[in-house]
Amino acid sequence: MSKPVIATATLAGCFGCHMSILDIDEKILDLIELVEFNKSPIDDIKNFTKKCDIGLIEGGCCNSENVHVLKDFRKNCNTLISLGECAIMGGLPACRNPIPIKECLEEAYLNGPSVKGHNESGIIPNDDEIPMMLDKVYPCHEIVKIDYFLPGCPPSAELIWNALTALITGNEMELPYEVIKFD
Amino acid sequence: MENNTVHSAIRKYNQDKTRLMDILIEIQDNENHISDDAVRIISEKLGLSIVDVEQTISFYHFLSKESLGKYTIYLNNSVISNMKGRQIVAETFENEAGCKFGEVTEDGIIGLFDTACIGMSDQEPAALINGSVFIHLTSFRVKKIVRDMRAGKDVKKMHTSYLGDGQNKSEYLNSVVRNNIMRMGPVLSDDYNPGTIIMKNLAQLTPEQVIEEIKTSNIRGRGGAGFPTGLKWEFCRKAKGDKKYVLCNADEGEPGTFKDRVILTERPKLLFEGMVIAGYSIGATEGILYLRYEYKYLKHYLENILEEAREKNLLGKDIGGIKGFNFDIRIQLGAGAYICGEESALIESAEGKRGEPRDRPPFPVEKGYNDCPTVVNNVETLCSVVKIMLNGGEWYSSLGTRESTGTKILSISGDCRYPGIYEVEWGLSINEMLDMVGATDIQAVQVGGPSGSLIGPEEFDRILCYSDLATGGSLMIFNNKRYLLKDVVLNFTEFFIEESCGSCVPCRSMTPLLKQKLEKILNGNGVANDLEDLPKWGELMKINRCGLGHTAANPILTSLKNFRHLYEEKLERGKEYETGFNLEQAVSESCEATKRVPDF
Repeated sequence: MSKPVIATATLAGCFGCHMSILDIDEKILDLIELVEFNKSPIDDIKNFTKKCDIGLIEGGCCNSENVHVLKDFRKNCNTLISLGECAIMGGLPACRNPIPIKECLEEAYLNGPSVKGHNESGIIPNDDEIPMMLDKVYPCHEIVKIDYFLPGCPPSAELIWNALTALITGNEMELPYEVIKFD
Repeated sequence: MENNTVHSAIRKYNQDKTRLMDILIEIQDNENHISDDAVRIISEKLGLSIVDVEQTISFYHFLSKESLGKYTIYLNNSVISNMKGRQIVAETFENEAGCKFGEVTEDGIIGLFDTACIGMSDQEPAALINGSVFIHLTSFRVKKIVRDMRAGKDVKKMHTSYLGDGQNKSEYLNSVVRNNIMRMGPVLSDDYNPGTIIMKNLAQLTPEQVIEEIKTSNIRGRGGAGFPTGLKWEFCRKAKGDKKYVLCNADEGEPGTFKDRVILTERPKLLFEGMVIAGYSIGATEGILYLRYEYKYLKHYLENILEEAREKNLLGKDIGGIKGFNFDIRIQLGAGAYICGEESALIESAEGKRGEPRDRPPFPVEKGYNDCPTVVNNVETLCSVVKIMLNGGEWYSSLGTRESTGTKILSISGDCRYPGIYEVEWGLSINEMLDMVGATDIQAVQVGGPSGSLIGPEEFDRILCYSDLATGGSLMIFNNKRYLLKDVVLNFTEFFIEESCGSCVPCRSMTPLLKQKLEKILNGNGVANDLEDLPKWGELMKINRCGLGHTAANPILTSLKNFRHLYEEKLERGKEYETGFNLEQAVSESCEATKRVPDF
């Protein structure tokens, strides 16, 4: 049997969940034996080169590019997992949700104390290369179907390890209290 | 000048922090808002923190730290109001006033606001303007009202139509509200001379004998929950406490209910007599009528009746010549919160706090108002009690069905020829009810208000009683032209979201999630799975603390159960999963701000 293929991505997140993936320490050597990585910041593969078994998504969607990446993952991964608070609920980035995006942009580029008087042309960055901001930050399952949710900020390395091994081996996942308690 | 109002309100209520609600309402009514200064002064004088005062203000719909305009208009946005033409009325208000709902005009004269059902479902669209009720609004009428406001006219002089019927036209009310009493029964009948029981019968009976009579009648609470009244009184009588209280729940916030308003207008003496009998039975010395803010126009009238009762020795000391039986009643105004109809929230509110339900036990009969044993009874229950004492418990239990004895006063509104108040014996079927009110071509009936259930024609042979269709009395009728899911179910769900106190997570968060799902389905993005999710998610509502939380998902859950085809015909076929996310729509606001054209 060929190795299961894993892809990962960070959307509107802080890379903390990815750090947590790396935090499995020396077990990463076991992991590489067990699986193959495709599109992921870990191996810097930019585009999918084959269909993947498992996709891990860190972060929610705050702009159009996040949405495209997420949809691309859904298309190319058999199982898609929301990894961590931001992917599941929007997390810290979603703190902007009660404020209209127009107000956010104007505060950041026109009216905020650090920009007021320094943006003479009064332009809010609008180059075509810049992704378009969404009206609010969306958790991933509000954009595409998500199969599993791994909670935590970040989910502990052990939780990620347990989840991946369970998925790969087909065994039931171990969820001891320690790995899902957050207080 | 504003500080004068604040100081005089504080003096009027003896710097008593349990009267915070009264103080805040007085300031709000005089100054159109409660300023930072007022909050500071209140907190100093009452020995409360600033936050204590502010959290009470922020809890209630009719209290505000922002100015709400010299004329504050609260237009009802209930289902029935919408059905009866609210939209054109609202648009006319906006056009004529020059501001949107939720705003105050630049000159500070007119403020336009939405509000939940104001208890006028038989005469909608209706609005409260500076506490005065305006009914049967049309765009023609609205134009005149706005012109009058611009001219600085007193709201009481803005009424152009003739005054309402019965006591509504009395000098203390001067109101255009209609009673619409369509059917009287033994409770509403006007052949009784109030005060007779107190003057003639009470002295011969021990409190235990009164409770025994009430127990014989088998009457159950008329607010909706249906707890046996005699038992409640007995518990309270036996509870230890130096001081006990009788609270009358006149918060009547369940959309579509208005029977208490009519009782308070036409039979207030009966109600007060019922409160005295309750006081005698449990050994209370004080009664409080908790009157919803929407009915503030009745306050002066009711206070006058209380004053008359004191003069006749029906209230006060040694009532009815019974030595040592002292009992008096005061009126406590609410300030706009549906949840205050829940008895423990009502007690909290009457103590001057946020109306958040308490954990139970202890129940109010042991630890209620000011931690003293308290009975909380509905207006109609207390009125029925007088007739039970007059004619006997046996007589009362011969009415209605075996386990739902007596009569029920129904508030009937919506698509029928004769909306209004009907007193009927328990056991009436929905079909009979529809015949009674002249309703034909009916698609659905909402029994018991938004917290009750939406039923269709195949269930119209079910009967009104505690073991089948229990109801606090709200019956809303919808004909076949109504768009049930959007106009009724969505409106009710939004009502619960607005009225949640926010204390329990499922009530605060799940209700909006259910609403999102309903909207997704209405937008044509629903899939079969969504219909499975709704009842599963709705299960979680059971862990909420109070009745509001338990029933907030009912509009969706009962309509899904009884009108599943309406949901199913909206679903996208052949799709397993659909979020309904629309990228173009999601980026439109930021693109407008940055002057970009979405290009994917």
